[in-house]
Amino acid sequence: MLSIETYIIVSVIKTVIALFVLLTAVAYCVWLERKVVGHIQNRWGPTRVGPFGLLQPLADGMKFLFKEDLTPPHVYKPLYIAAPMLAVVFALTSIAVIPIGNWVTIGGVHTPLQITDVNIGLLVILGVTSLGVYGVALAGWSSNSKYSLLGGLRASAQMVSYEVSLGLSLIGVLIMAGSFSLREIVDAQGGTFWGFIPRWNLFHGQIVAFFIYLMAAYAETNRVPFDLPEAETELVAGYHTEYSAMKFAMFFMAEYANMITVACLASVLFLGGWKGLPFGPAWLQDLPVFWFVLKVFVFLFIYIWVRGTLPRFRYDQLMAFGWKFLLPLAIANLVITALIVAVRA
Amino acid sequence: MQPVATTFFFYFLSAVTVISGIAVITRRNPVHSALALIVALLGQAGLYLMLYAPFVAGVQIILYAGGIMVLFLFVIMLVNIERAQKEEQFNKQWIVGIVAALALGVLFVLVYMKGKGLFPQTVAQLPEGENTQGIAMLLYRDYMFAFEIASLLLLVAIIGAVVMAKKRI
Repeated sequence: MLSIETYIIVSVIKTVIALFVLLTAVAYCVWLERKVVGHIQNRWGPTRVGPFGLLQPLADGMKFLFKEDLTPPHVYKPLYIAAPMLAVVFALTSIAVIPIGNWVTIGGVHTPLQITDVNIGLLVILGVTSLGVYGVALAGWSSNSKYSLLGGLRASAQMVSYEVSLGLSLIGVLIMAGSFSLREIVDAQGGTFWGFIPRWNLFHGQIVAFFIYLMAAYAETNRVPFDLPEAETELVAGYHTEYSAMKFAMFFMAEYANMITVACLASVLFLGGWKGLPFGPAWLQDLPVFWFVLKVFVFLFIYIWVRGTLPRFRYDQLMAFGWKFLLPLAIANLVITALIVAVRA
Repeated sequence: MQPVATTFFFYFLSAVTVISGIAVITRRNPVHSALALIVALLGQAGLYLMLYAPFVAGVQIILYAGGIMVLFLFVIMLVNIERAQKEEQFNKQWIVGIVAALALGVLFVLVYMKGKGLFPQTVAQLPEGENTQGIAMLLYRDYMFAFEIASLLLLVAIIGAVVMAKKRI
């Protein structure tokens, strides 16, 4: 057990590192997206700033900082300023409970590779992401313009609707692990089937839940094909129409940070977290952080791939899909998982 | 790990809850009231955490602060706020209000006076990890009937809302 002072120092160090890595990942996620979508559309993507355009995120950041911070005269100021902050704060908070590796001992301090291990980790993430809706909804309302309000309303309706399927798809995993703690959920996924298929939840009967999660997560993060809240052709830019400079960049950061959270959660819940493949050289199996980052990267790549491939839904299709297809499927998956676990026990 | 500065956190969270609770009924702009209510609910969630009820706290945030209040805000954003601000904020039933407030006040004072007898002397040390299981046991085994009645009531409310909203079913 650590003393309270060491505990605080260790926590602060872990928080700073996690935030630094997360924000860098957000910046390079944007770069990856521009590059990959560019190649999908037979273009080069960013190439001018640095080798392979690698310094492009830095240039973008500088540009956002030096742009004029315009506040339109018709907005409701306190909430107009608070909304992007709320969005970014809630997007960054959920990284606190995500475990990226097992316990390590550095300089006599024994600590998990996770900012904090709470026994309701999954509920914390769901709660924080459900609060993230306020950033979008309040931005739409406080901007005092038609496009923003419609975009904000669409976004909040969409996020509330898909949150239900998202939550229900996770309950199957919870039943299998018997815990809300993300660390225990990962620990429950150890071992293999027949020696070569890892016992991850994805291969352990939760494949339907994984695809429900995938689709609901795309809708939660307002990404293609569910990016109705910012449909350019109808709503200019949706809820952030009236935002410019750093305030706009904060919404942008929040969107990509949410994508990364969703990817982390997917790899923790369905892909065995930091556990590697059960075959291959031994040194490769013993690199927890490498495996975790690889899984998150694959998930992010699929995100971008989908964006470069699919068109956008119509709004009534989006609602019908969420309520009439995903929700019944999620409930069916939950009932079947519960039955099988109950029969086995 | 032992909890730290519990007294400070208790008073801090209580102050947040009470002050934002007062703000809910005194703000003229309904959006501000809704936001204050969200803060009050979050403060309550913090208090639940201090009572070693992490599951209740999490559900409080997900359902009330993150779900129901979004729908409240959703409706309020569609209402014409200029008109709402001109309407009278308090209605004229202050006699009933005072009687209710007095009754509640007397109740509070009585509970405070008798407090030592009503509550156990020592705080029960609850096992931290078993809160969720404990709630599940209570809901689905000991109070199954009451729980099912509550869910039936909610179902009636849902069907009623659909019947009222749709002209043709």
